[in-house]
Amino acid sequence: MNLTLKVWRQNGPQDKGRMVTYRVEDVSPDMSFLEMLDVLNERLILEGDDPIAFDHDCREGICGMCGMVINGVAHGEQVATTTCQLHMRHFEDNAVITIEPWRAAPFPVVKDLVVDRSAFDRIIQAGGFISVPAGSAPDAHSVPVKKVDADAAFDAATCIGCGACVAACPNGSASLFTAAKITHLSLLPQGQPERDSRAKAMVEQMDAEGFGGCTNTGECTAVCPKGIPLDTIAQMNRDYLRSSK
Amino acid sequence: MIERGTSTAPVDPPAGTPAKPVTTGTTRRKSVGFLGSSNGRKAVMAVTGAVLVLFLVGHMTGNLKAFFGAASFNEYANFLRTMGEPLLPYRVALTLVEVVLGACIVLHMWSAVSLARRAGKARPVKYAAKRKSQAGGYAVHTMRYGGVVILLFVIYHLLDLTFGTVNPAGWDGTPYERLVAGFAPERWWVTLFYAVAVVMVGLHLRHGLWSAFQTLGLASGRSYRPLKGAAAAISAVLVLGFLVVPVAVMSGVIK
Ligand code: HEM
Ligand code: SF4
Ligand code: FES
Repeated sequence: MNLTLKVWRQNGPQDKGRMVTYRVEDVSPDMSFLEMLDVLNERLILEGDDPIAFDHDCREGICGMCGMVINGVAHGEQVATTTCQLHMRHFEDNAVITIEPWRAAPFPVVKDLVVDRSAFDRIIQAGGFISVPAGSAPDAHSVPVKKVDADAAFDAATCIGCGACVAACPNGSASLFTAAKITHLSLLPQGQPERDSRAKAMVEQMDAEGFGGCTNTGECTAVCPKGIPLDTIAQMNRDYLRSSK
Repeated sequence: MIERGTSTAPVDPPAGTPAKPVTTGTTRRKSVGFLGSSNGRKAVMAVTGAVLVLFLVGHMTGNLKAFFGAASFNEYANFLRTMGEPLLPYRVALTLVEVVLGACIVLHMWSAVSLARRAGKARPVKYAAKRKSQAGGYAVHTMRYGGVVILLFVIYHLLDLTFGTVNPAGWDGTPYERLVAGFAPERWWVTLFYAVAVVMVGLHLRHGLWSAFQTLGLASGRSYRPLKGAAAAISAVLVLGFLVVPVAVMSGVIK
């Protein structure tokens, strides 16, 4: 298949940036979206051009590095799929595809499609941890956890920190990410000692980074490759209000 | 602050990037406090919104008195002013209610406007491709401009039926006379404005009612369906209940 790509090119954080159009030919429908970009980049390199910079690592949907807004939708329109797991068979021959980086003030563009997501790291640092006695591993099942809680905590813990929720949110809010991290810990007994201080610190850090507030649009859950549910945000709100009493 | 190994990439932003974190390295976090945080402001929005919803339910029910004739409607209007007597002097209870409602509107708007500004700042560069809504909400995207329409309407509405400033029956008329004169057929544009505003309130609450539960942490996985259902039902009842009176005046059922 042949494609026309409109890609955001930006030399560095200070560059203004612009959309540049490329033609990519002989793309196999079995290629992943990133492999298609690899093909284009190889050609750009051979032609002496600067290849398009994009983040990626595992290419199997588990690391959260990849991510771009494809035709206006974070990770593309395929539901519950990271960009690296998106395949070209979902596009039509001769399609025009717009590719942009995550757009949010706390995610400054480093180059082209690469954004700096370390704001997420600082949110985690603010409270996304538990205190455990160091030493030998504890006995299994010494702390009982209800099955429903274990399942819900695990679901929340599957967040890979990709940032698609921020990219999709009309308010540029990081609520789904932060809520996933808070919920993951606050449903488990190990997370109880710091439960209140965690919610407070992480919500405050989220604000301090410059993310917007949540208006419950649900756009985040809809694009989240891990399907993190909206009720994690209710859990975050509950914990935050509890901590402010 | 967590100790990081040397193999971990630095999490400080690269030099020259615009991100301005409060916590980097060893700087202390500046506490923004409950009302400074977006969650706190959103909670203010939810609580004040809930008070306003209770008011709307009462207001709508009272309006329906118009169907029982002028005497019944005026008697109800008079009751509002004499509420609390003889314990409280004339109009004191009503004034208290008005002050609370006014404060709620101001706080609700403060929260809405300040959060909208934060949201604007969080996305300085817009997407080139038109962002497609993946969640398929409609009402949620009317909240901000709908709120402005509601505010403009409330101002007109008070001048029309409360103060009588822009009402043909004026301040000297009875409440019932102001109602009939205000929505008279030749003043069809008043009813039109009223209808648009009421529909906006309906959309506002279609999203706002369940959103308030979510904001206050009272929603959970299983409660979304009933909450959204109830939000739709209550919004529909309010819209119909508010529309039926002016439509009845327009069509001569109430005269
Ligand atoms: C004066 C003009 C008004 C403005 C500018 C305004 C604006 C807003 C905005 C921007 C939101 C947040 C939307 C979201 O969560 O997605 C909101 C929520 C809400 N509004 Fe209003 N509004 C106004 C009047 C009203 C009135 C008159 C009522 C009551 C009948 C009301 C009830 C609510 C409720 C219950 C919420 C939900 C709170 C939440 O999401 O936690 N609003 N409003
Ligand atoms: S919540 Fe979903 S979209 Fe947001 S960072 Fe985590 S995995 Fe990505
Ligand atoms: S590259 Fe790891 S999730 Fe896509």
